[in-house]
Amino acid sequence: MIMGHFNSWVVIILMMIGLYIVIAQGNLIKKLVGLTLFQTSVFIFYISMANVDGATAPILAQGITSYSNPLPHALILTAIVVGIATTAVGLALVVRIKAAYGSIEEDEIDAIDKQEG
Amino acid sequence: MIEHLAILQVVLPLMAAPICLVIRRTQLVWLFTLLVSGLAFLISALLLQQVMTSGTISYEIGGWQPPWGIEYRIDQLNALLLLIITSISTLVLMAAQTSISHEIPAAKQKYFYVLYLLSLTGMLGIVATADVFNVFVFLEISSLSAYALIAMGKNKRALWAAFQYLIMGTIGATFILIGIGMVYQMTGTLNMYDLSQRLPEVAQTRTVLTAFVFIIVGLCLKLALFPLHLWLPNAYTYAPSIVTAFFAATATKVAIYLLIRFVFSVFGFSFSFSAIPLQPLLMALGISGIFIASTMAIYQTNIKRLFAYSSIAQIGYMMVGFSLGSVAGLTASLLHLFNHALMKSAIFLALAAVVYRLGHVRVSDFQGLGRQMPITMAALVIGSLSLIGVPLTVGFISKWYLLSALLDKGWWMVAVLVLLGSLLALVYAWKVVEAAYFKKPIPNKRVVTEAPLSIQAPLWILIFANIYFGIDARLSVQVAQSAAQSLFGVSL
Repeated sequence: MIMGHFNSWVVIILMMIGLYIVIAQGNLIKKLVGLTLFQTSVFIFYISMANVDGATAPILAQGITSYSNPLPHALILTAIVVGIATTAVGLALVVRIKAAYGSIEEDEIDAIDKQEG
Repeated sequence: MIEHLAILQVVLPLMAAPICLVIRRTQLVWLFTLLVSGLAFLISALLLQQVMTSGTISYEIGGWQPPWGIEYRIDQLNALLLLIITSISTLVLMAAQTSISHEIPAAKQKYFYVLYLLSLTGMLGIVATADVFNVFVFLEISSLSAYALIAMGKNKRALWAAFQYLIMGTIGATFILIGIGMVYQMTGTLNMYDLSQRLPEVAQTRTVLTAFVFIIVGLCLKLALFPLHLWLPNAYTYAPSIVTAFFAATATKVAIYLLIRFVFSVFGFSFSFSAIPLQPLLMALGISGIFIASTMAIYQTNIKRLFAYSSIAQIGYMMVGFSLGSVAGLTASLLHLFNHALMKSAIFLALAAVVYRLGHVRVSDFQGLGRQMPITMAALVIGSLSLIGVPLTVGFISKWYLLSALLDKGWWMVAVLVLLGSLLALVYAWKVVEAAYFKKPIPNKRVVTEAPLSIQAPLWILIFANIYFGIDARLSVQVAQSAAQSLFGVSL
């Protein structure tokens, strides 16, 4: 049960850890770390899906008849780029927030906002 | 040339975005962006005309046949959405140069246009493509540029709003990605129409059900359905006025389009409405969205925020029509989608004019504005009347179709609730009118004059569109109706 779906379990555990960090942590950098973890779990999900039992990497070679599916790899390459862009934009925002508020803690930012009405 | 229109639509703004960087003068960048958006509008008008006369257009990118290659597919629904996005984008851009001159530092204005074009590309791409993974990529293109655009707001809270939107938006998009992965796992295809053929075979599996739920939840986050709307009020309030006018009219609409596409075309009507209790769920969330968001709107002191909450309420109306699961209900939703784009872009452009003169849009700032900015305020009042649903405006047309769709089904209780919701709209709209017309100007020496023509012109074009399509709704009703019919035709 556990070993048969090893990758799925890893995906689900990583996904939940990531989502939990995003929700529970007040530090903006930690939130982004959680978000990245959450996205990465989906990458693993796609890559695991492409695997074919007993097959090799999708490179044409003599004597090999069964290859794993290359399409999810290509898809997830795109998704990784999107993920990096998201992290970059997020971090850039954190830098600007730090400059504007002097803090990257959610509760402190909210307190400053409330104070200034 | 004419057979490449479907892709040209998306490629044009994408290619234009980096070109903006090499143009030196901001004025020229603005004109160039306006030109590109205008061309995109022309293309979408041609596409709509082509679709209405000769049916669905299918375009194979790079000559690769679908389902292997990526297909762009334009039917009535896409064509309508493309037309809405490009027309609003062009009109809003006309006011952009004037409006952002007071809101964004001169050195950054060029990047504003780059991001604007990228966001436009993303939205057009989402609508044009028939490949579900392509949808995800374009969704992220439009969202990432949206986060940056919102962060350009003058108030430092814009940054915080953009960050929160980034977190929520990314979670939503990743949910959609998970759903797409599961669907691919079960069918081995990413093409929407191929999917609709293959999904029924595996419809009973838990994987497909899970995929469906992931996609629906992800999309509801993106379209700001109550209670997943938390990112929207701040993002709309603190974004530059032009960005708000553009996004309020298009961004959530694109997500609603995707919801309709996935529910009706990809998963099919009968699966979607029977696999999970979609109808009561969306109906209940729609109705509570109407009431809670409208009530929240009444208590706002920032007018931009007030209308942002009103946007969430209007999404509720669209969801109610959608959840009916009938041709009439879907027609009403599509009509309201079109009409709401007209009224919200007009309202937020009027607010952009106020921000241009005053710097902010608190209710207290509005005191006496009825006399100081009579033309802008008149536009705001007509826009608000349209929002309430007064006859002779587009708002009336959409409410009328929604009510008759509800009564068709015999859901008169919901119909009463929808009407009560409109009364709440009257209350918050009145708040603005009261401040503008019935309170004396604040007795300081502020000299407020009418907004410049560059904002007035697009504003009044939109207002006239509000009235025109409110009196002669044949065109919008015809397109919405035939789009709704063909969506049901696909699934039944």
